[in-house]
Amino acid sequence: MSTVAPSIFSIETKDLNLWYGSFQALKNVSVNIRHGQISALIGPSGCGKTTLLRCFNRINESYGYVTTKGEIKILGQNIYTPDTSLIELRKAVGMVFQRPNPLPISIYENVVFGLRIHSSYGTLKKSKLDDAVEKALREVSLWDGLKDRLHTRATTLQLEQQQKLCIARLLPLKPEIILMDEPCSALDTEATLGIEELMLSLAGRYTMLIVTHNMAQARRVSQECAFMLLGEVVEHARTEDLFLTPREPRTADYIEGRYG
Amino acid sequence: MNDHHAVFQATPLTRRKQCSEVIAMVVFLLMTSLIVLPLLLIVGYLVYQAWPILSLDFLLTSPKHGMRAGGIWSPLLGTVYLVVLSLVIATPIGVLAAVFLNEYARDNWFTRIVNLAVINLAGVPSIVHALFGLGAFVLFAGLGKSILAASLTLAIMTLPVIIASTNEALAAVPMAFREACWNVGATRWQTIRHIVLPNSMSGILTGVILQVSRAAGETAPIMFTGAVFFKAIREGHLFAYGLFDQCMALSMHLFTISTQVPDVPKALPYGIAVVLLSTVLAVNALAIIVRVYLRSRKKW
Repeated sequence: MSTVAPSIFSIETKDLNLWYGSFQALKNVSVNIRHGQISALIGPSGCGKTTLLRCFNRINESYGYVTTKGEIKILGQNIYTPDTSLIELRKAVGMVFQRPNPLPISIYENVVFGLRIHSSYGTLKKSKLDDAVEKALREVSLWDGLKDRLHTRATTLQLEQQQKLCIARLLPLKPEIILMDEPCSALDTEATLGIEELMLSLAGRYTMLIVTHNMAQARRVSQECAFMLLGEVVEHARTEDLFLTPREPRTADYIEGRYG
Repeated sequence: MNDHHAVFQATPLTRRKQCSEVIAMVVFLLMTSLIVLPLLLIVGYLVYQAWPILSLDFLLTSPKHGMRAGGIWSPLLGTVYLVVLSLVIATPIGVLAAVFLNEYARDNWFTRIVNLAVINLAGVPSIVHALFGLGAFVLFAGLGKSILAASLTLAIMTLPVIIASTNEALAAVPMAFREACWNVGATRWQTIRHIVLPNSMSGILTGVILQVSRAAGETAPIMFTGAVFFKAIREGHLFAYGLFDQCMALSMHLFTISTQVPDVPKALPYGIAVVLLSTVLAVNALAIIVRVYLRSRKKW
């Protein structure tokens, strides 16, 4: 992982095809996601955007009957080689889900969960864990609100805090990429704003790829945007360009709300 | 339209519908209460008949005078041995198999065969289990008629239900928790150990505890494999039976003194029945308490 070719792309796919059983969900997807930016995947339901997102840390394969062909390079390395460790891959590529999914343990334990499972028993110092918790929670601006109740159950938090905690949970593992699958669709407008502000503040340090139904959100947070339809990437451009001067008529129709 | 009050008044059709609604509700309620009635009648009748004989001495002395007097110490202890040993054998196998089926196995021909086997194993009549136990454990494995052979037979009988209830408990843990773990690079085993098992423990334990009453109540599977008509053991000694001894058991004892022994005092078989039944009820109550307690500690 150490000597990575200095590429401007964190994620590169080439002719990626994916089948669920006999249903083809992705068709010849070739897309490059820029390093350190927020990129958005938009498109109507069932267009394959979540499927594509789930390819990047190979979580798709946890469910049976998925066949993948083509190439995905994360940080310049092909992740479908046999010597790829899913554990190491997922440390580098974290994921945030549609519904906040804090584990049913304390806030503190949620944040250090990753550290604990990646170190042998008894090697972690409490001070190191405490520092990691403070650093991660500060990064997602939860520290001031929660520092006095780190040992309450994470599932008792408000949804916005839960979602921020789910982001914080990834940070101690020092991920390069954070994938977000409609991270605000379960939240109200105010909480959505909070998450979006957080994403903007994290941009630059992490490469972020967000799947969203909400076109306005894509415009607000992303620098680049890819429009998908029926398993294909129709258009991939700078967000302003995609929304103001789409090249493809299908993109224009979607943006203007003629379908989807 | 000038008479506004008439607008929402019931028509004859509506009244008929309301009437059948009430009748339906009453019928369902009646059937529901019918479930409770037999239990109350059985318990009441048994306790009434057994009342003269019930005492601590009844539990702690062995049968005497050709089983026409004395208590039930030796069959009681035998049942405890059989139940505990059979669950000690069946629980790890059942729980671990269910974990594999639910957490690791993909849906393929192998898992389908295993699931089919579990379902069919649960449907095998207990007397067939008994014959299998006789053939496999007593004769083939050479264990002879013994507590071990009988417990193994009971274990095979309880196994499918333990697998099924564990499966259910595991499936009730939200998928989102597993995904959260996998996405920070946890292996399946780490996910199971840290998240899935702690959150399904109440369901798993309840399933196992409920099998206690099943194992305690069955007569057929132990009849050919380890339970005997009569065996004298030392009273008040908890380790009176060895693994390869034969033993008496409550269910078998009830059967023999009700059908094979003449001139048994009337209260005696009822006393055994009350002990057997209260064990079952107590164990079920314990299962409920465990479930309520563990559930109160988990919230999501």
